[in-house]
Amino acid sequence: MSVRRPFEQSYYPPVPTPLTKAMRTNWVWQFVRFIVINIRMLRMVRMH
Amino acid sequence: MARLVILGAGIAGHTAALHARRKLGEDHEVVVVSPNSRWNWIPSNIWVGVGVMTPEQVTFPLAPVYEKTGVIFRQARAVSLHPEGDEGAARPYVMVESTEPGKSGARERVEYDYLINATGPRLQFDATEGLGPEKNSLSVCTAGHAAQASEALDEAVGRMRHGEQQSFLIGTGHGTCTCQGAAFEYLFNLEFELRRRGVRDRARIVWISNEHELGDFGMGGTFIRRGGYLTHSRVFTESLYTERGVEWITRAAVKQVDRGEVHYETLDGREESIQADFAMLLPPFSGVGLRAFDRDGAEITESLFAPSNFMYVDGQYAKKPYEEWLPSDWPETYRSPRYDNIHAVGIAFAPPHPISRPMFSPSGTPIYPTPPRTGMPSAVMARQVAFNIVDKMEGREGTTRTASMARMGAACIASAGASTLRGTAVSMTVYPIIPDFQKYPDTGRDIRYTSGEIGLAGHWIKHLLHFAFMYKAKARPFWTAIPE
Ligand SMILES: Cc1cc2nc3c(=O)[nH]c(=O)nc-3n(C[C@H](O)[C@H](O)[C@H](O)COP(=O)(O)OP(=O)(O)OC[C@H]3O[C@@H](n4cnc5c(N)ncnc54)[C@H](O)[C@@H]3O)c2cc1C
Repeated sequence: MSVRRPFEQSYYPPVPTPLTKAMRTNWVWQFVRFIVINIRMLRMVRMH
Repeated sequence: MARLVILGAGIAGHTAALHARRKLGEDHEVVVVSPNSRWNWIPSNIWVGVGVMTPEQVTFPLAPVYEKTGVIFRQARAVSLHPEGDEGAARPYVMVESTEPGKSGARERVEYDYLINATGPRLQFDATEGLGPEKNSLSVCTAGHAAQASEALDEAVGRMRHGEQQSFLIGTGHGTCTCQGAAFEYLFNLEFELRRRGVRDRARIVWISNEHELGDFGMGGTFIRRGGYLTHSRVFTESLYTERGVEWITRAAVKQVDRGEVHYETLDGREESIQADFAMLLPPFSGVGLRAFDRDGAEITESLFAPSNFMYVDGQYAKKPYEEWLPSDWPETYRSPRYDNIHAVGIAFAPPHPISRPMFSPSGTPIYPTPPRTGMPSAVMARQVAFNIVDKMEGREGTTRTASMARMGAACIASAGASTLRGTAVSMTVYPIIPDFQKYPDTGRDIRYTSGEIGLAGHWIKHLLHFAFMYKAKARPFWTAIPE
């Protein structure tokens, strides 16, 4: 992550905690997300 | 016997050709006219641009697929439309110019009963001085451009390994660009790749775009329900840029690209410059510049095509302010209002207006994204139009299928780093693509179907989609089971 200094553009946005970042590449959790995202996308496809 | 001619073999044209051929009886013809001999899964070009795929992995030759499926293929560029024929020809026709080796430049008339214009964009590098791979910046719009970007990246990494600092500028190369999503993907793949190659600490990476805020993506941004709040995509996007150490410049129109330096104007009227040892800047898009003539040879291009060279279809093109834009302005059947046997799909049709609010600098420079037409809606409208035409060719009176972007959702996976175990991608669904502030007054979209998250799962899906869409485009067994 970049160095965050007051009043710079990168000072204000929320940044993920170490846990949030770890979960993004946690294989077990991401396998669950894989299924959820696929269901969401299929729902979108079926709307056409 | 009737003949359907499709101009363009990209995502839209190829989809229309395969579906029409599959549905039509043997006595009808489907002809595809396209200047490239190879099909390109354009979304994977960003991976070619960082060296994780080769151009051969994202393209394949079209001729064998068309031979297998019974589609007639002309490797040629359409030049002009003659929807009423002419003195010597009673049937409507398209004048095409061969791009086949050995026949290059030879002209031929291709007669049609039904025509689909799916010619996609002209990459308008000439709209900005110094822009483009033949001048001072790079692109990932074609597999060839992306391969060139990858070579430039290797050179930059080589310099960094020798201790040099390098500045990377990624984004849009003009005030009216679209396709910010593609530049976003390239930005984060590049950042990921520099980390993977161990040189990230020697790189300054800056994003530049014509968006009013980060996370606009040409669709006016979107709201997502997360952690008890409805949060704008700007917040999530700024968060990702901050996390990955990328600076950003928004509300900017690039005016000139020199070697090593890029000049831009901002929405508040400032003229600025930024150093860029490596600049990947997308060009603005226009239509490919087809002309049209009536039976007497008088030019009628202006009545078929908008000034942007995109083709008028059944949208509401009367100019009106942002506050009065309606979802019903967007086309449904993609039929030309002047000739009902001509259609335009994918990027080739003229949108009635942008999706993001138009903004102008004090000197009048337009600085706002023009509307994106991504792969999924392009393919869906192509399929629907193909089915409608098939019905007509076979003499069936059925209900006309529609594919309005105001009643269509989009699923989009934006890669943020390619690796089976450590990669990530942003997975988004948006419904509807065109915001409907009458139906959804707060956010313009249905929050139940609008979502976004980043993670490894997105990368797996993006990678699987690469193989699924290449398989489908090759018309391999059961290709119709893979949705558009
Ligand atoms: C780098 C990049 C990444 C992208 N990533 C994604 C993504 O992840 N997801 C997504 O949904 N969308 C993505 N897009 C957008 C997507 O590629 C387009 O929406 C899609 O290609 C549009 O399809 P099309 O058929 O209208 O145009 P194209 O796919 O561009 O096809 C146009 C066809 O017309 C042909 N043609 C051109 N001129 C003529 C002529 N005069 N006569 C006959 N034929 C002609 C061309 O050769 C081509 O075959 C990306 C775009 C880019 C540039």
